[in-house]
Amino acid sequence: MVTETFPGRFESLAVIRKFVFQAASDAGFDEKDIYAVELAVDEACANIIEHAYGGEDVGEIECTCNDLIDGLEIIIKDDGEPFDPSTVVPPDFSVELEDVKPRGAGLFLIRNMMDDVDFVFSKKDGNILRMVKRRKE
Amino acid sequence: MEINTTHYKRCVVVKSVGRIDSYTAPELEEVLKKQIDDGIFKIVLDMEEVDFMSSKGWWVLIETQKACKRYNRGELVLTGVQDRIRDSLNLVGMGSYFKIFDDVVSGVGHF
Repeated sequence: MVTETFPGRFESLAVIRKFVFQAASDAGFDEKDIYAVELAVDEACANIIEHAYGGEDVGEIECTCNDLIDGLEIIIKDDGEPFDPSTVVPPDFSVELEDVKPRGAGLFLIRNMMDDVDFVFSKKDGNILRMVKRRKE
Repeated sequence: MEINTTHYKRCVVVKSVGRIDSYTAPELEEVLKKQIDDGIFKIVLDMEEVDFMSSKGWWVLIETQKACKRYNRGELVLTGVQDRIRDSLNLVGMGSYFKIFDDVVSGVGHF
């Protein structure tokens, strides 16, 4: 299990992706699955900076990678504002170009890139996002 | 991130190199917006050397496409999009808003 803490700013995204890239590579995932993990983690951390912290350099992001028997577990913690993922409207790309609204794609991607996605919000421990990418049979 | 622009008779080619995320997307946005501001609405975005793109980058492309297509004055087309980026673009459903060509020559030839 490896844990690192990163400053909550967009510049950190590349470093965080590198951190999970290494963990996913070490866990034996193929290139496609590694990209899926990188993308999910990038979207999650960008959302934390933009929405939970409401801007850069407000708080930190703690990322833990845990190599499980059947996959890779990633836990991301922040101390920003909690949110209810069930209130996030999925993006609608069946509409005309002019009517496309820029929101909700990050969460949609996270749910599609990873096999398990759970959000826990507590006053004591902050916001915790637990994601698992399962190894292919 | 490195971004180069080459002006052709009928369009401009914007070549982006590296990773497009929430940190670097504003750079790409600035370059694309400058084309629009300069009255250039036929744009080829060469993504052959882009190896990561988050949703922040796609929103930049969506907004650019809106500006280009307004009044039927042009279009933003993408070239050389790597498979994993194309897969995530199609997964979300954003792929339908863009024509994607295999290489820059085909993209330029579209205009």
